[in-house]
Amino acid sequence: MSEAFALLPDYLAWHVLLSASALTLGIAISLPLAVAASRHPRLRWPLLAGAGLIQTIPSLALLALFFPLLLLLSRLTESLTGHGFSALGFLPSLLALTLYAVLPVLRTATTGLMGVDPAVREAADGVGMTPRQKLWRVELPLALPVIMAGVRTAAVWTIGAATLSTPVGQTSLGNYIFAGLQTENWIFVLFGCAASATLAICADQLLGLMEAGAARRDRRRVIAGGAGLLIGVAIALLPLVSFGKPAGYTVGAKNFSEQYILAELVAGRLERGGAHVVRKEDLGSAVAYRALAAGEIDVYVDYSGTVWTSILGRTDNPGREAVVDALTKELRARDGVVVLGSLGFENAYAFAMRRERAAELGVTSLADLARLAPRLKLGSDIEFLSRPEWKGVDAAYGFSFKREIRYQPTFMYRALASGDVDVISAFSSDGRIAADDLVVLTDPKGALPPYDAVVLVSGKRAGDRKLMAALEPLIGKVSVEAMRAANYSVDRDGDKATPAEAARALEAALN
Amino acid sequence: MAVTDIEIAGVEKRYGEHVALARVSLTIPAGQFVALVGASGSGKTTLLKTLNRLITPDAGAIRIGGEDIGAGPPHRLRRKIGYVFQEVGLFPHLTVGENIAVTPRLLDWPPARITARVEALLALVALPVAMASRAPSELSGGQRQRVGVARALAAEPGILLMDEPFGALDPLTRDALGTDVRALHDRLGLTTVMVTHDMAEAVLLADRIVVLRDGAVVADGAPEDLARSVADPGVRDLLDAPRRQALRLAARLGGGQ
Ligand SMILES: Nc1ncnc2c1ncn2[C@@H]1O[C@H](COP(=O)(O)OP(=O)(O)OP(=O)(O)O)[C@@H](O)[C@H]1O
Ligand SMILES: [Mg+2]
Repeated sequence: MSEAFALLPDYLAWHVLLSASALTLGIAISLPLAVAASRHPRLRWPLLAGAGLIQTIPSLALLALFFPLLLLLSRLTESLTGHGFSALGFLPSLLALTLYAVLPVLRTATTGLMGVDPAVREAADGVGMTPRQKLWRVELPLALPVIMAGVRTAAVWTIGAATLSTPVGQTSLGNYIFAGLQTENWIFVLFGCAASATLAICADQLLGLMEAGAARRDRRRVIAGGAGLLIGVAIALLPLVSFGKPAGYTVGAKNFSEQYILAELVAGRLERGGAHVVRKEDLGSAVAYRALAAGEIDVYVDYSGTVWTSILGRTDNPGREAVVDALTKELRARDGVVVLGSLGFENAYAFAMRRERAAELGVTSLADLARLAPRLKLGSDIEFLSRPEWKGVDAAYGFSFKREIRYQPTFMYRALASGDVDVISAFSSDGRIAADDLVVLTDPKGALPPYDAVVLVSGKRAGDRKLMAALEPLIGKVSVEAMRAANYSVDRDGDKATPAEAARALEAALN
Repeated sequence: MAVTDIEIAGVEKRYGEHVALARVSLTIPAGQFVALVGASGSGKTTLLKTLNRLITPDAGAIRIGGEDIGAGPPHRLRRKIGYVFQEVGLFPHLTVGENIAVTPRLLDWPPARITARVEALLALVALPVAMASRAPSELSGGQRQRVGVARALAAEPGILLMDEPFGALDPLTRDALGTDVRALHDRLGLTTVMVTHDMAEAVLLADRIVVLRDGAVVADGAPEDLARSVADPGVRDLLDAPRRQALRLAARLGGGQ
């Protein structure tokens, strides 16, 4: 709980900055559109239908779609002007949330403007107002109560949806929710929900005060609500102002416990060297590498096999060292990315069984497993069965399981423990392998590619001695047992450690 | 005061098949007070609105002081013409004072002059100065109409167009305000066109009465001339209405007086 509170100023500041900018931008876009829609019946339908259509896209997908779009645009501007921009983090989140804020405001503002008494509108012409004066002095003030209702809706939506910007690399209150979901830290999840809900309620109430003021032509209420909002936003943003000081390093992490721990390990070493570190966590697998290649994050840990298959598109398996060597050469040539070296352990796809079940069936290798597969049930995580690794191993051994069932990782381990499935697709550094006394089946044909944890550094930091000096001592020092223990301390059901605590324990065990 | 002759030449307005104005031609010399009368739907409002370009005619031309009103932006024309709407159309989000001050503000009058003007106009339309801070929704129908007249006169226009300005007033105030407006017309040298249903009012206030029927002028002249010369039975009926009414009233209230 206290750890959650310690993170609040930063998370809240970004969340407020993001939602307030998106809302402001959304209003700035939708008001002119609403004016056009209220004046021209022919524009009205396409505009409202278009905004409604955007609303039907799930917010997470909308955020996800902006990333590749911006990446493309960034490449384009870079090739034209020599300067790209960050396709990750704030920009895609801002754009997606802005689109989200447009519909409610557009809809109510159009209704509000069309609801202005035609006699009053004609009077505005009659007293000699220009069309612009009529809009600002008569139509908008009269439509304001209705518009404010739409702004309230937009504010609540935006604040809620802003929690989803975490996976595209934007810090928000969603960091609590996503990190909590991965490490099964339900207090974190609840904390994130409560914080976001409280923020939404506050914004809604203050905007409600302005709405009531607008409806009753009570200027004091409008001013009180507006001032409350401005002051609230200003206070929430204070932490960002002081964070702006030293331009530091950005450490990335994908969205599972080991990644959080390793990011903390790296960040901790940099911070102790006096550097300012920004963490970008919960990045999607492909997003992380691209962000590194683009220089938006400076360092993160990936796995040799993942980069080998997903980024380089290779399907062969020349062996652990050969893969790391080839990566070192090819990534440097391709993206300027530096492969600093392997941490010393693998987090490979592995097939794991309960020890007594494996002994009872006499299974020690994937070849044994393939023979008995028609009698056995396979449990896997959500994505494994769609990955190239599974296709490769399946082609090598020819599995035909009785059933294949997909689970969230936690439930996959429970299913194995309760005997619902006989074998699961695990990760070799998962702490639960040791804790649940599981055996990992051998791969005699070498069909599963190696997954050495490798430290990747972006090209723009290639000459950064301080960074390299801070990270080099980690190379080759992290054993799979140490990593499993660290992972387990975060993943276990009771007495959970936070990733930062686990990273400190892990580092202590290295020396 | 600028020359404010109004010249209406062959003005036509159609709504689909319906002819709202059929080639209306009128010349209103500066300083004249014209009453526009006619049955409901005869085109009175339509004609009045063409004078400040709230309605654009389909054919014909209108000149004020010799200049075609179609030249230049409409708001400039409208700031020089006071208009009292049939539906009053006060701005509900502004106070009475702000409603009256709206055109002077558009013309960037100095604030002190505006304040003085608002007070003078409230006095003119017989409303207490304290009413300036009220919202239009807090006024009676008649009070609103008076504010409508005050707003039209605020920027000291040379031309005053009024569409049934006294419709919701009690007879005494109606009589008084009518007389006041006529006095004002004379004092300021206005050119006034007033639409009314009430022939007695037209006869009492106007220098000239124009009768419309189905969008066309069917009678036009000074009240006393019309009373003498008109042969058209419809118009006759209309002109005789006040006298008939007076006789009936006298009969019902008892012949003693
Ligand atoms: N926007 C419009 N569309 C279609 N027809 C219209 C429109 N405005 C007015 N008309 C028609 O034009 C005719 C003249 O209307 P106008 O408002 O000038 O009448 P009026 O003499 O002012 O009547 P009243 O005394 O009832 O106010 C009427 O038949 C009316 O129905
Ligand atoms: Mg009318």
